[in-house]
Amino acid sequence: MPVLARTLEQAGLSTLLVSNMPFWAERVGTPRTLAVEFPFGHTLGAPGDADRQRRVIEQALEVLESATAPGSSVHSAETWPFPQAEAMKDWQPETPSPVIQTMAPRLREVLRQQRRPQDGT
Amino acid sequence: MPVDSFKFLPRSLAAFYMASDLQPQLPIPWTPLERPLAECKFGLLTSGGLYVRGLEPPFDLEREQREPTWGDPSFRRLPIGIRQEDVGVSHLHINPGDILLDFNILLPIQRFQELVSEGRISGLAQNAYSFMGFQGFPADTQAWQERYGPQVAGELKAEGVNCVLLVPA
Repeated sequence: MPVLARTLEQAGLSTLLVSNMPFWAERVGTPRTLAVEFPFGHTLGAPGDADRQRRVIEQALEVLESATAPGSSVHSAETWPFPQAEAMKDWQPETPSPVIQTMAPRLREVLRQQRRPQDGT
Repeated sequence: MPVDSFKFLPRSLAAFYMASDLQPQLPIPWTPLERPLAECKFGLLTSGGLYVRGLEPPFDLEREQREPTWGDPSFRRLPIGIRQEDVGVSHLHINPGDILLDFNILLPIQRFQELVSEGRISGLAQNAYSFMGFQGFPADTQAWQERYGPQVAGELKAEGVNCVLLVPA
């Protein structure tokens, strides 16, 4: 989605991305970003929680109004109101996605490589 | 405190993202906001795989099931008058349950209608838009960049929109 922010901005629209993965937005290079520490699929808040949704949107509008240069990124202080373990479980699909099922062995290998102690050479 | 991008991501996936050596392609595009918000007309865009039942088909998840490294690059239009029960979600990488309770968590149509009625912004485009975020592995965003993104931009600009809120899933 950061790519689409760039595409729309290039087309002459002022864009603002609200993202729970600012790491990725910054790597791709988005014009304006508000970062939120919310679970996937819940970028503006919890269902029925109009107050929190509105607060995040107001923060996003402030970023849009105040940003003066491309690559502007502001991190919201909003926190997710439910326990992390619950949130972690709730956002994920009941069945792992096809690519995760296909890639699982390779992902496990990446993790193993990272855990392996560096040999210093 | 900076936002932790990996707080809700399983460790194996976080490791995968962190291993990427992607660098931003420069310059980052920039369209300055040249008027106050009260004079801005907004468009809304998500990558949550939302669609309106009976209006347009869901995203092509059957092909993704057959070809797990492919993702549907097309988009769907969601008229802002839709009711919650009209909204479907076709996305194999998230649990759609909460979006089916309240689409505003990704496509804040009702929040923006409130902003319009309060005079905080001047208007909202007649259609909101949804893509489906999974663009294959490795991700191929060429169709987004060259075809579908410019198409959405064109439709929004034809309506006089000058600002777009993008909400990834």
